[in-house]
Amino acid sequence: MNLATLSASYLRARPLNTALSVILLALGVATIVLLLLVVGQAEERMHRDARGIDLVVGAKGSPMQLMLAGIYHLDAPTGNIPLASAQALAKNRFIKKAIPLALGDSWKGHRIVGADKAYADHYGAELREGRFYQKPMEAVLGAEVAVRTGVGVGATFKGAHGLGGEGDEHEDAYTVVGVLANSNSVIDRLVLTSIESVWEIHEEHKQARDEAREVTVVLVQYASPLAAATLPRQINSQSELQAASPAYETARLFSIVGVGIDALRGFAAVLILAAGLSVFIALYSALEERRYELAVMRTLGASPGKLFGLLIGEAFVLSLLGVVLGLLLGHGLASVLGAWLERQQHYPVSGLEWRPEELWVAGIALGVGVVAAIVPAWRAYRTDVSRTLAQG
Amino acid sequence: MIAVRGLAHRYGAAEALRLPEWKVAQGERWLVLGPSGCGKTTLLHILAGLVRPSEGQVEVAGESLLKLEGARLDRWRATTVGIVLQALHLVKHLSVRDNLRLAQYLAKTPQDDARIDDTLGALGVGGKSARRPSELSQGEQQRVAIARAVVNRPKLVLADEPTANLDDASAATVVDLLSEQAARHGATLVVATHDARVKGKFRERLEL
Repeated sequence: MNLATLSASYLRARPLNTALSVILLALGVATIVLLLLVVGQAEERMHRDARGIDLVVGAKGSPMQLMLAGIYHLDAPTGNIPLASAQALAKNRFIKKAIPLALGDSWKGHRIVGADKAYADHYGAELREGRFYQKPMEAVLGAEVAVRTGVGVGATFKGAHGLGGEGDEHEDAYTVVGVLANSNSVIDRLVLTSIESVWEIHEEHKQARDEAREVTVVLVQYASPLAAATLPRQINSQSELQAASPAYETARLFSIVGVGIDALRGFAAVLILAAGLSVFIALYSALEERRYELAVMRTLGASPGKLFGLLIGEAFVLSLLGVVLGLLLGHGLASVLGAWLERQQHYPVSGLEWRPEELWVAGIALGVGVVAAIVPAWRAYRTDVSRTLAQG
Repeated sequence: MIAVRGLAHRYGAAEALRLPEWKVAQGERWLVLGPSGCGKTTLLHILAGLVRPSEGQVEVAGESLLKLEGARLDRWRATTVGIVLQALHLVKHLSVRDNLRLAQYLAKTPQDDARIDDTLGALGVGGKSARRPSELSQGEQQRVAIARAVVNRPKLVLADEPTANLDDASAATVVDLLSEQAARHGATLVVATHDARVKGKFRERLEL
């Protein structure tokens, strides 16, 4: 027997009170852990996908929409821009790298992106099998697309108009000539083909001629930091073009989403405080009933400090259970959410990752539980043995 | 073993106890008799070091209790005194065995299952060690309480109304067992009671 087993045996004898405190604390911890995992991983992922891209240039509209469509392939594009404008950008002396993309079609929910090899190279994506496309209507699959569709080199498929997977199928079929290895970036979720393929398919509808050819966005990397001062203004002054800075737009996105995140965080803090209160009430209200038992322990030689330690120990065991359960629950929920998000084609979230901030959360939750026990423990410390025993 | 001189204790203005002189030798068995409210419990609490008397000298097992304080007094109590109270003072959420282990743990003596079994066996409750107190009869609970009081082999066993809630047969048995256990460990025994059924049990009596 020791302080821990003695505390635990008391808690076991009061399963409902114990469960209430543990569950409240676990829910609070789980909510915060889930937020840490989801927000942390989303931020990391977004930074990784935007790495090396200083500007997204596309049609006028919402700059955030342009960024979401151009870099993350999450939103619909704002429209198309003339190929000539894109080519002019590539010659700008402030620009080191300009990668034009043609969007608009999808296959089984995966976006078909018309781009040259520079796009895959930008993310360091390498071929796992097959080769890169050389002719129109050849396609290379991102690693996740290959896994999810179960399709390999040699297969053919027809793209659908639109990004949702609901549009009409195009007549011409693509042939898969290569599959990319996992690059841990947005490329994994895309089907890559040449820009010419996208043009070819759409020309059937539009009967477009060379001079009317269009691209959707151009991903731009600055030649020098100086470009940030002049280039966006220079581009935005052209009537048909708009430039969006991923750094600025992501910050804006997180500040908008941040309100919701803060609300959830506040909610979790309330849960943890409620758990602290529940620990306090459980221990304090039980004191009356336990007075005699505590006095008896004093007759057996327990010092007042031992009784203080006993109640603190009980709160510690409660909090530890709550924290451990909360961590497991948080990671479990992140895994479930991750599996669901993966099916929805959004950003993957892993429940198996640990974040250093979780140590803080665990520490604070333990602290709240133990602090809640101080007043009841102090009263136990002050037990008047003789009077308590005399009263029976 | 016990030497009391000029002892008086007051709760506020009310005098609870006055005992000019009392001496008890090692191994003696005493009954402390008197009606409710005469100070029997107060005397036992003073002897156990749970209450500091308002006046007087108290020496128990060679220690002057007025000189012991705080943790030293708690430790002295754990190893020197075994206390049996009225029924219902076993720790409810601990098994019978753990109630005895608790006494060993709090006295910081080795937790010795063999000794626990031996003590429970001597009191005829050897088969109940895994039970909770609530699963035992009152008589059995009081036997376990005696076992807990003597498991650390104290020099002094104090019993406060140990027969209060028991039927005639159990009351007689409990006093006999207390006496037997005190003798077995060479301990001095002081039983405070107003129970007429046990008045004739010991030769040494203190009337308050």
